[in-house]
Amino acid sequence: MEAFTTLISTAAPLPLENVDTDQVIPARFLKATTRAGFGDNLFRDWRYHADGTMKEDFVLNKVKGAAILLAGKNFGCGSSREHAAWALYDYGFRVVVSSFFADIFKNNALNNGLLPVQVSDGFLQKLFAAVAADPQQKIKIDLENQQIAIVGRDEAEGFAINAYKKHCLLNGLDDIDFLISKKDAIEKFERRALA
Amino acid sequence: MAGKTLFDKIWDAHVVEAVPDGPQVLYIDRHLIHEVTSPQAFAGLEKRGIPLFRPQQTIATADHNVPTKNQHLPINDPLSKSQVDALIANCARHGVELYGLGHPNQGIVHVIGPELGITQPGMTIVCGDSHTSTHGAFGCIAFGIGTSEVEQVFSTQCILQTRPKTMRIKVNGSLAEGVGAKDIILYIIAQISTSGGTGYFVEFAGSAIESLSMEGRMTVCNMSIELGARGGMIAPDETTFAYMQGRDFAPKGEEWAKNMAFWKTLYTDEDAVFDKEINFAAADIEPMITYGTNPAMGVGVSQPLPVANGDPSFAKALDYMQFAEGQPILDQEVDFVFIGSCTNSRIEDLREVAALVKGRKKAANITAWIVPGSKRVEEQAKEEGLDKILAEAGFELREPGCSACLAMNEDKIPAGKYCVSTSNRNFEGRQGPGSRTLLASPATAAVAAITGKITDVRKFLN
Repeated sequence: MEAFTTLISTAAPLPLENVDTDQVIPARFLKATTRAGFGDNLFRDWRYHADGTMKEDFVLNKVKGAAILLAGKNFGCGSSREHAAWALYDYGFRVVVSSFFADIFKNNALNNGLLPVQVSDGFLQKLFAAVAADPQQKIKIDLENQQIAIVGRDEAEGFAINAYKKHCLLNGLDDIDFLISKKDAIEKFERRALA
Repeated sequence: MAGKTLFDKIWDAHVVEAVPDGPQVLYIDRHLIHEVTSPQAFAGLEKRGIPLFRPQQTIATADHNVPTKNQHLPINDPLSKSQVDALIANCARHGVELYGLGHPNQGIVHVIGPELGITQPGMTIVCGDSHTSTHGAFGCIAFGIGTSEVEQVFSTQCILQTRPKTMRIKVNGSLAEGVGAKDIILYIIAQISTSGGTGYFVEFAGSAIESLSMEGRMTVCNMSIELGARGGMIAPDETTFAYMQGRDFAPKGEEWAKNMAFWKTLYTDEDAVFDKEINFAAADIEPMITYGTNPAMGVGVSQPLPVANGDPSFAKALDYMQFAEGQPILDQEVDFVFIGSCTNSRIEDLREVAALVKGRKKAANITAWIVPGSKRVEEQAKEEGLDKILAEAGFELREPGCSACLAMNEDKIPAGKYCVSTSNRNFEGRQGPGSRTLLASPATAAVAAITGKITDVRKFLN
């Protein structure tokens, strides 16, 4: 997993609530046996018509190069497919900002170096307004200080993250290395539980 | 000291270690896997050069991606075939028991776990599928995980998890005739929204829940994820024990007695405190139907659709469904009826549908698919003659799999068509690009097939 420290980028606004992981990556594109290439089908049915032509109005067809996705509350609900996090990351997103995230999506994102930043409803509306006023508006995310700011304006908000997960992201470590280091304790637990 | 909730008892018994200021190392008793969310996790093991830690606690099936016709023939779709082939190879290489196509135990992962007796009270169970919450019906902590977490369990039989908060939802009183488990859970979701349970593990309780069969309890727990909850659970009781007795992997003889003594300790103590409690009255619940593009957009069949009040997400959903705010949903014409999925494809569901359609014919405008949850359900339906009743009514009985619930295989609802579905999600395009899903109980789906439109099953019964 790649480390995450600070990011300054433009943002793609998707001001819809309850965006489910079936929209992020429809089930018919889950047939691969590797993690690569899911970005091509990110938001497939919102990005493209059935005949494969682009839907001009969809945000990803208008905004290019943004590493931050701004989304309405309850982002990532529904299916546990980690392919949703892979697709967002593969497309180029490194941060998703919302006022509320579904649990499994949040875990999946953190396990792939994609940072879910949960802000207040009020700050989310400020972000949407700032990006609507100027699509080139930069947003800064500072993981060490747990802060999200609208660059060039006096607007910032802190965000919460589990201390362990923060450590993992800052250092590019994953949970499996950590768990493998606990093998002795796990085997001891098994002997006790089975006794 | 306050007593413990059912959740606390099981969780605490499975914590190997707690990370300071962080998650807990939770031991997993049973790991269920399928073809779609496991290949990248197997690849991860091989990249690290480590074996699967506890293959005997891992059970595999092929369900998400499989055809529901001619399962004895090679799979046509090359991508689906390569994913199912990868599962076969990975299970063989790592010593995992696989109930694949052609095996008499094959079926939807959340149907076969309980029917084989793999799912038992007091266990921790995970699977790379959000509807793993189904198994909570037996008094387990069961929840869906992502593929990186599948790899954690492969590597160490443990998972790093932050302890969720606890919620109890009680439904008290008697259900009206024609109202069932599916209506209960669709009603709860409509009341508290698709994020109302986020951050919580839910225990369902109350007399209406206790009166449900195991199949009904599984339907309720199955859709806990549609509340946003990590999982749902119901304390085991005599109904649970009667269901389990004699199942292939259920304990036998002395082991049964030993387990029963433990299982009977699995309840929430009188003085236990939940982080949140919500109560509903069973009498308020009528047959439910969804009209929008998330499972909380549901109403009683006799009710009009709500008005948007300027909410753009709501307006987008109605536009997708081509419904008008405030319109009645009753008598809405539909095109397809799908009976299946890990929510409602068990023998009790098939019996209920067969009883309602017996001696009748589906409407001319309806295509009706019935996809059993497992080979065992399919065989039992045939033994009971349900297949003939369904065929005479014009239903097509297919072979087991997830099918049109998520339309990964060729079972897709065409763009623009309406489908009354016993599955769990009505998201845009869930049943195929452009498809429009109305979630309902097997009874409501069955009567829609007969009349060709949304019908109140209570009137149909009289």
